[in-house]
Amino acid sequence: MIPSSFDYTAPSSLDEALKLLQDLGDDAKILAGGHSLIPMMKLRFAEPEHLIDLNNVPELSYLKIEGGMLKIGAMTREVETEESIDVANHFPIFADVAKLIADPQVRNFGTLGGNLAHGDAANDQPAVMLALNASVEIAGLNGRRTVGIDDFFYGFYATAVQEDEILTEISIPIPMGLSGNAYHKVERKVGDYATGGVAVHLEFDEQRICTKAGIGLTNVNPTPLRAVRSEAALVGTSLNEEDIASAAQYASEDCNPSSDLRGDVDYKRHIIKAITKKMINKAKQRAFNN
Amino acid sequence: MIRCKTSKEIGGMGHSMKRKEDDRFVHGTGNYTDDVKLPGTLYMDIVRSPYAYAKIKNIDSSEALKIPGVLAVITGKDLEQYNLHWMPTLMSDTQMVLPVDTVMYQAQEVAAIIATEKYIARDAREAVKVEYELMKPVVDPFKALDSDAPILRSDKEDKKDNHIWHWEVGQKEETERIFQNAEVTVKEQMHIPRIHVASIETCGCVASYDKVENHLTMYMTTQAPHAIRTVIALVAGHVGLTEEKVRVISPDIGGGFGGKVPVYPGYVIAIAASFLIGKPVKWIEDRSENLQADSFARDYHITAELAGTKDGKILATRMKVLADHGYTDASANPSKFPTGMFSIATGSYDYSNAFMEADAVYTNKPPGGVAYRCSFRVTEAVHAIERMTDRYAHEIGKDPAALRFQNFIKKDQFPYHSPTGWEYDSGDYEAGLKLAMKAVDYDNLRIEQAEKRKKGELMGIGLSTFTEVVGAGPSKDFDILGIKMFDSAEIRVHPTGKAIARFGTKSQGQGHETTYAQIIAEELGIPAKDIQIEEGDTDTAPYGLGTYASRSTPTAGAAAAVAARKLRDKAKKIAAHLLEVSEDDLEWEPGKFSVKGAPEKAKTIQEIVFASYTNHPQGMEAGFEATHYYDPPNLTFPSGAYICVVDIDSDTFEIKVRKFVAIDDAGHIINPMIAQGQVHGGLTQGIAPAMYEELIYDDDGNILNGTLMDYLVPTAVESPSWETGHTVTPSPHHPIGAKGIGESPTVGAPPAIANAIIDALKPYGITHLDIPITPYKIFKALKEKGVLDKHIQEL
Ligand SMILES: Cc1cc2nc3c(=O)[nH]c(=O)nc-3n(C[C@H](O)[C@H](O)[C@H](O)COP(=O)(O)OP(=O)(O)OC[C@H]3O[C@@H](n4cnc5c(N)ncnc54)[C@H](O)[C@@H]3O)c2cc1C
Repeated sequence: MIPSSFDYTAPSSLDEALKLLQDLGDDAKILAGGHSLIPMMKLRFAEPEHLIDLNNVPELSYLKIEGGMLKIGAMTREVETEESIDVANHFPIFADVAKLIADPQVRNFGTLGGNLAHGDAANDQPAVMLALNASVEIAGLNGRRTVGIDDFFYGFYATAVQEDEILTEISIPIPMGLSGNAYHKVERKVGDYATGGVAVHLEFDEQRICTKAGIGLTNVNPTPLRAVRSEAALVGTSLNEEDIASAAQYASEDCNPSSDLRGDVDYKRHIIKAITKKMINKAKQRAFNN
Repeated sequence: MIRCKTSKEIGGMGHSMKRKEDDRFVHGTGNYTDDVKLPGTLYMDIVRSPYAYAKIKNIDSSEALKIPGVLAVITGKDLEQYNLHWMPTLMSDTQMVLPVDTVMYQAQEVAAIIATEKYIARDAREAVKVEYELMKPVVDPFKALDSDAPILRSDKEDKKDNHIWHWEVGQKEETERIFQNAEVTVKEQMHIPRIHVASIETCGCVASYDKVENHLTMYMTTQAPHAIRTVIALVAGHVGLTEEKVRVISPDIGGGFGGKVPVYPGYVIAIAASFLIGKPVKWIEDRSENLQADSFARDYHITAELAGTKDGKILATRMKVLADHGYTDASANPSKFPTGMFSIATGSYDYSNAFMEADAVYTNKPPGGVAYRCSFRVTEAVHAIERMTDRYAHEIGKDPAALRFQNFIKKDQFPYHSPTGWEYDSGDYEAGLKLAMKAVDYDNLRIEQAEKRKKGELMGIGLSTFTEVVGAGPSKDFDILGIKMFDSAEIRVHPTGKAIARFGTKSQGQGHETTYAQIIAEELGIPAKDIQIEEGDTDTAPYGLGTYASRSTPTAGAAAAVAARKLRDKAKKIAAHLLEVSEDDLEWEPGKFSVKGAPEKAKTIQEIVFASYTNHPQGMEAGFEATHYYDPPNLTFPSGAYICVVDIDSDTFEIKVRKFVAIDDAGHIINPMIAQGQVHGGLTQGIAPAMYEELIYDDDGNILNGTLMDYLVPTAVESPSWETGHTVTPSPHHPIGAKGIGESPTVGAPPAIANAIIDALKPYGITHLDIPITPYKIFKALKEKGVLDKHIQEL
């Protein structure tokens, strides 16, 4: 468990980091919490020649509410979303998901930016961001651009973040009226990646008719997956049992899991269906109990 | 229930004294093998085979040798020159140190790199180019005996198949007859999975050979340092490493569980390298190497059968085992017991006939068969009988608890002669089960379960009332490589009344530094805190066979008591001399001898010890030291009654252990707190194979879960809140009536959990599932029974 040798720099500003990235080209990698990258380096699946450590860049670490949005700096640790009152008020889903991301050591180090930038459909935050309809800010030497979450994940370990860019911020619209959200995954044991996971966010009008539904699925597709048909099945309804059942059914049909040690395709579809139903009910309950 | 004969100050048996060793562990100042730092140390890394079965065409080390800091790349051909390329296993089979021409399993050692830094050694590992010619491996043990199966051990002359040995015991014909005539017979095919001890500390060593003195000091992660010293001398005596020239030191060990009993090739290569180069060589495995290459445990395929009457009387059992040993039998069983103590599989029940047989085969998997936190093969035995007992109860519609009461060996039947030849020393099985049932409120649980079943909810209650057989063992039957399985204690009490005691065993977390001191404190009245315990250095400790199979308390613990009693006899003579009375006039209470009827006339043990150095009676040897090599007259038979309650989510099939009660009977308990800690840890290692752990291989012999990402070791999060308790039935033949506790929970827990899960699924026609039972496995089983569609519709 020893990585191949590499150089290491810890810049103290974003600009400096971007400059380094450009100078070093594709031999360099950003180091955030290190809890995905370092294990891969130890197994020698990843052998970057240079690491640019963002841990000394304070400007990337914050949680704030601004202009109707929850803004999360890329270097914000999982544990901070778990513990923030602002976050908990609108998004109990963050407490759900954080509890399921391994153990406190991982959450004290792992960052939200890293969790998304890693581009792994097995990570849990991508599905949550899909459900919450987040957008991602990406900085390069030529300025910043914003990418909607639906355009962010390209493929296996590939995202909209280019080699000379750094993910800087995640923005999530704060719902105005009745809303609720929830996340659950089935895992073989703590610290395991999901056998299947489902994030649900729902918004309702005064008559308790669903006006917005966001549903993201974990680890049942090469990229994090939005359950489009399931969402559509809920919007405009009052979420009776049948509506929920068909949303769950669509999710199980529309995902593309692969067979592995966690289970075969059938089992994973079954799990997705069961959790989708449970999470819709839970999000609904949270919306109406608040 | 636990009575203490000594004061808290003395801290003899029964006191929950805090562990003496914990000071250094909680301060982070333990001294493990990897902490050993000798000047000039070189580092070893190992090139391993990516294939399960292949011919080695060529090993090209030239690029690796060009890396600055790389001193040598050692291959099997190099070792062959010294006849060190093969070594014996503890089962008198043979194992490669490094292969000369063929690799037999994935991750097998192929070559070793010696470098000035461990980082350089690891880089060089990538630079060694090995050319392989692949062969079709034997992975499925059931196919190993097919006539067209390749013969894996063609290195052995006259080997015509992959069969290793056959073993059988019991009443074959009579058992056959009972099965033919029985009202009820039940049968299941079960697999006890291949698992790994996955101790927190991996294996490793520092081999330090001094060319001038021709002396080897071997620091290593071993549970049996003396046995290892003898093995080294047997393997390397011909090159000059005779036994007086070898010192094995086993420093602190971060978990052994049987995985640190075998001799691994890495140790031997490190010795060879140090011997040739004349510098210390350190080798520490990484996590994946440990998991992929070191000895596995279990991997028994068992056809288990039970015959009985319609109303619940067990009449006979029959078991047929197929043992997958990998490419060599590298178990660590006593020589005469190729299946260890598997024949304890008749269980805690009274019947006269049983027949058991086993065949072992070679496959292209890592070697092993170690006793992972259990006496040799007892976990397998207990799983088979306890599963079948529940299976039988379900078959005849009888409550599994009632069925057990009906069949238990009764308290007054001990010593009990089992149909497979064991003499159970003592037990009170009814008392244990009654206590466990009370603790869970058994009757109400069954009522709750009946109600839940009506609603389609999945709740199960599982029992395990097991008997263990530990403490190997009596010299008549038990040896490893011919060395009898006694163990030893040496006590030296210093003039000021403080003591040091040394043992042939080796703690790996069991708490010997505390419990042995408590045994001596009990016998001599010297406070346990004044007694220093040492193990693990073959230059200072008396010879013994080490710590595994719950043998330390039954053997070395007994030796401590007997040695202390020898000293107490001496103390009595000295006291009589000092008090000028006859020995018959003296009375002992922990810590002093006093004159009968005149208690003010007394001598404390400390005064007596001082006198043994300053004023010993004429004609008596000076000093206060004793040694004892204890040869147990029998094994000990700890038992337990465990009850597990599970709830299974009827949508996702996630399994929650709601309650787990473990009532153990380990005879007299030395330190209740340590005993409870042992039970907690052991129970967690019991849910491990029951619900999580299994080493999985594909058809090409590739390991599919060779890292802790996929080899699922349960953590505190997965552990339910264990509830423990005990009954005390002392062993009649053991000097302090103790039986051993460390392994009962690992042995007893898996069937309790499996029985609970099967009990929950019983309404759907499921009679058996192999452990580990996972939500996915439940899904597949329900799907197969066609009940899943119903479930899905209900969703
Ligand atoms: C034992 C264990 C269990 C885990 N279990 C889970 C789990 O259950 N669910 C889960 O979601 N995750 C899990 N993780 C992963 C964990 O959440 C990681 O922390 C996370 O995936 C990556 O975040 P990081 O900050 O550690 O990123 P790093 O590991 O530092 O980086 C990951 C990748 O993203 C890139 N990167 C990071 N930040 C940026 C940025 N700002 N801009 C551009 N590129 C960037 C890096 O270059 C690298 O390629 C687990 C990790 C471990 C070790």
